[in-house]
Amino acid sequence: MNPAVLIASVYVFALAAFLGYQVISRVPPLLHTPLMSATNAISGISLIGSLVLAGAKGYPQAAHILGFVAVTTATVNVVGGFGITDRMLKMFRKKPETKATATDGKVVAK
Amino acid sequence: MSLTTYFMEATYLIASILFILSLKMMSHPDTARRGMFLAEGGMFAAIVGTLVGTEIISWTWIIAGLALGSIIGAWMAITVPMTAMPQRTALSHAFGALAAALVGVGEFLVHINDLGGIKRGALGFEIMLGALTTTGSLIAAAKLQGIIQGKPVQFRGQNIVNAAIFLSMTGCFIYSWIHPEAAAVFYTMLGLAFVFGVMLVIPIGSADMPVVMSLLNSYAGLAAAATGFVLGNNVLIIAGTLDGFSGFILSVLMCKAMNRSITNVLFGGFGAAIAEASTDTGGVMREISLDDAAMQLAFANRVIFVPGYGLATAQAQHAVRELGELLEERGVTVKYAIHPVAGRMPGHMNVLLAEANVPYSSLYEMEQINPEFSSTDVAVVIGANDVVNPDARDNPKSLIAGMPILEVDRAKSVIVLKRGQGRGFSGLENPLFYKSCTSMLYGDAKSSLSHLAQAVQHV
Repeated sequence: MNPAVLIASVYVFALAAFLGYQVISRVPPLLHTPLMSATNAISGISLIGSLVLAGAKGYPQAAHILGFVAVTTATVNVVGGFGITDRMLKMFRKKPETKATATDGKVVAK
Repeated sequence: MSLTTYFMEATYLIASILFILSLKMMSHPDTARRGMFLAEGGMFAAIVGTLVGTEIISWTWIIAGLALGSIIGAWMAITVPMTAMPQRTALSHAFGALAAALVGVGEFLVHINDLGGIKRGALGFEIMLGALTTTGSLIAAAKLQGIIQGKPVQFRGQNIVNAAIFLSMTGCFIYSWIHPEAAAVFYTMLGLAFVFGVMLVIPIGSADMPVVMSLLNSYAGLAAAATGFVLGNNVLIIAGTLDGFSGFILSVLMCKAMNRSITNVLFGGFGAAIAEASTDTGGVMREISLDDAAMQLAFANRVIFVPGYGLATAQAQHAVRELGELLEERGVTVKYAIHPVAGRMPGHMNVLLAEANVPYSSLYEMEQINPEFSSTDVAVVIGANDVVNPDARDNPKSLIAGMPILEVDRAKSVIVLKRGQGRGFSGLENPLFYKSCTSMLYGDAKSSLSHLAQAVQHV
């Protein structure tokens, strides 16, 4: 690998690690299960490596078959991961607002 | 570079930005769902970009893989019950890691002679992390599903065997790095990594699963990041690193919540030494009748529910919400106290209660709720044990000494819902059960709770 590219990759890695730490430490424990499931779906991005292996020019048949398995498992993660994260996040709701606003109204009326 | 390559790189940049934004929006339940749509958009863009920007010659395997994966993924997303979320997550760690390992093998088959030293090193990490996470996560999933026993599997000299496997694997890695043409050594490394993954997870008990899940999450992410280094692909490095760090942060949090180090979880073999260590506290457990318990709850001012893994196994989340709502109708203040390691994965209890329609504003973290127990009339412990064990605070000799707990024993009265008189999962004696303020309500948590709800209605 040419050194400039390597240094750039290390920069990307270090900055992503730093950013990841900053962003993820703000996620409340309430959402830790959806977080795990979401990051899992996001790391299903290895799908793009699998796609190349499964069909790109210059790869032998054996690589295509490995690629097929990899595309399948990565797609399961992407589709299943995002699907289930959404299903979970849909369930988190606030306390019904109606009661709270009703009592607020009374206080104001007094 | 051709135009299509520029297009591909542009989609990767957009995907990276959207992924980071989506995780930022995860910091609040109100924005989290919109954030996920951004991440989905980013993923879609990256896939389209790859297909446009790469010279694809055979679409058969690609379409077959995408179709099969989508069907299985969608089926899992729709059918998996919330109580099975830990198993599902463990399985998806296995799938993600397997994809990374397979891409690594593919790169070895095709490009190994073109790879420089650093890329060969990254390839080794990709293979090892990918393979050990695959089998490790499968074992974790099997334990959580109850296919294999959840108790730690241990034998004499286990750590020595594991060290031997680890050293041989590392040896293969170094040899294969120096002699990339030696395919046999490369595949031995792969095989050893698969074995090492199994060995790493079998000695770990189910109660430690939150840590293991987070660690495996971290490894799966780092395997994807290593793939990014091998392929020279920045979006892979970014997404993999985000996943890796998220897992790492969670495992540190989980370890803190148990007052243990990661090495202690992995190699300590918790649960083995307990049989001798637990002392008999003596005293009697006082049983309470359904009607008495209902009476206490109905006339209380403040009630706190403390759910544990028992809530998940009994599928009692809906029953507890019904009881909670009935009490609220009577003017009782109802709160839920969630210990960070309650359940089998980070945030497990929150998801279950959210499924049962408990508003998240009623769920409280340990630090928030602990000062409130002393002004609480009744604390109801549902299938939780170690996380409410006062020994962790009071008895420096206890195996869980120093673990932060929910201080339910400070409440005026405690009702413990428990399946039977046994010691529960960790096998530790829990002095809470013998305190004078504590009374036990035996039976399946779900039916106990719905009976309580009926009884409260008749008070």
